[in-house]
Amino acid sequence: MGKRIVIPGDLLSDDIRVSGSGTYVADGAVRAALYGLLNEGERYISVIPLAGRYIPQTSDRVIGVITEVTYSNWIVDINSPYDGLLHISQYPRRIEIEQMSRYLKVGDCILTMVKDVDASMKVELTLRDKDRELRRLSDGRITAISPTKMPRVIGRSGSMIRLLKSEIGCNMFVGQNGRIWINGSEDRIDLAIEAVRYIEANAHTPGLTDRMQAFLKAKKKTRFGKTHENEEEW
Amino acid sequence: MSEKPEHFIVDGKRLDGRRVDELRPIKIEIGVLGRADGSCYLEWGNNKVLAAVYGPRELHPRHRQKMTRSVVQFRYNMASFSVDERTRPGPSRRSIEISKVSREAFEPVVFTKFFPKTAIDVFVEILQAGAGTRTAGINAASLALADAGIPMRGLVSACAVGKVDGEIVLDLMKEEDNYGEADLPVAMTAGRQITLLQMDGHLTTEEFYRALELAKTGCDQVYELQRQALIEKYSKEYTTEIEDEDPAPAGEPEGDADE
Repeated sequence: MGKRIVIPGDLLSDDIRVSGSGTYVADGAVRAALYGLLNEGERYISVIPLAGRYIPQTSDRVIGVITEVTYSNWIVDINSPYDGLLHISQYPRRIEIEQMSRYLKVGDCILTMVKDVDASMKVELTLRDKDRELRRLSDGRITAISPTKMPRVIGRSGSMIRLLKSEIGCNMFVGQNGRIWINGSEDRIDLAIEAVRYIEANAHTPGLTDRMQAFLKAKKKTRFGKTHENEEEW
Repeated sequence: MSEKPEHFIVDGKRLDGRRVDELRPIKIEIGVLGRADGSCYLEWGNNKVLAAVYGPRELHPRHRQKMTRSVVQFRYNMASFSVDERTRPGPSRRSIEISKVSREAFEPVVFTKFFPKTAIDVFVEILQAGAGTRTAGINAASLALADAGIPMRGLVSACAVGKVDGEIVLDLMKEEDNYGEADLPVAMTAGRQITLLQMDGHLTTEEFYRALELAKTGCDQVYELQRQALIEKYSKEYTTEIEDEDPAPAGEPEGDADE
């Protein structure tokens, strides 16, 4: 059984304390604000949207593309209605303003983190982090999925992404903004993108990780004329 | 253009065989445009309309941005081929007015405060017109907004009522609209809060209230169809089968460069 589909205005509960994201309270009742899947917890009710744009939040990790280099800031497209700003001081090492485009130029892709978002939706980004995960992406490929479907690519506590990485044998990073970076050999990247498209088309259905397993098995078989057992050779 | 008929209602039946409180057939398809964030194609009698929603997205020019909320923009446009006699393409007095009232039909419903400085753009294209295009456009736009994942207090449903042969009738068709005595388009939420109300022609106060009641039943019917269409979209998209298109013949070397 999948989750129930609700539409804006649907009455969800008479107990206003359970109002979660994607809901609103009017006249002492909780109603759906979004068209999506109903998520009923014990103490809350929320609606998981099926579509929508990415709205940046502090500490989100996102994949961005440099669109402009200004005096002391890089302007970054983060697949959102709001542009990201990467200040020169947020680059991992000290660089001169004249040298900015030697390090990051227009068109470069970066794995970055949202440092802060203020009330006027000024989005500050950073490339500084402890474990040096944030960086410029110099190889691999980037594909995109609706940000609302992004959680399904990760799966419950990372089960889906782990499956994809190990079964396909590629490196992957899923940004909160729906952009996905994949690295590996060309055909592995192709397969990973197919898998992402499959998730996108079935994001509203339950038991996705199990079906992904079957999907990858079938794909590998048809593609290489070999069975799953000979996986090592692949 | 058709001539004015002698009678609009004969033996309780209208020109197209409907009862006085019956809607024309409605067909709805959601998510028809790949590049829009949300879209809807709707047929209602002879009307064919396409609605597309983009956003929330950056609003240009910048001076029109609102620091605390999003701006809803609505464009109603008739295709030049949508009517018998070709209309001049581009905005007209009439389409500017309809855009304005339709926008105002959605402004109280959309939660604009979640997206400061942005615009939510709604485009409604009338591909074929046959009386009641503004209500058809609002119904389609409402679904396109939901499809785009825009938070709303509820769906907006619209339908028109009018007066022909001295009787109040639901959902006017072309002839009734052209030669009838009154036309009253109404849009409301499922909670029956009216967001659009216009009137063309003459109704007495008593007739007006009767017409409004009839419009409410019409909107309720439209709402049910809208709801069904939304639920159906994701019931249908369930892909159970793993499509194994063109299984590569065994032994075919398929560019695995890393071996």
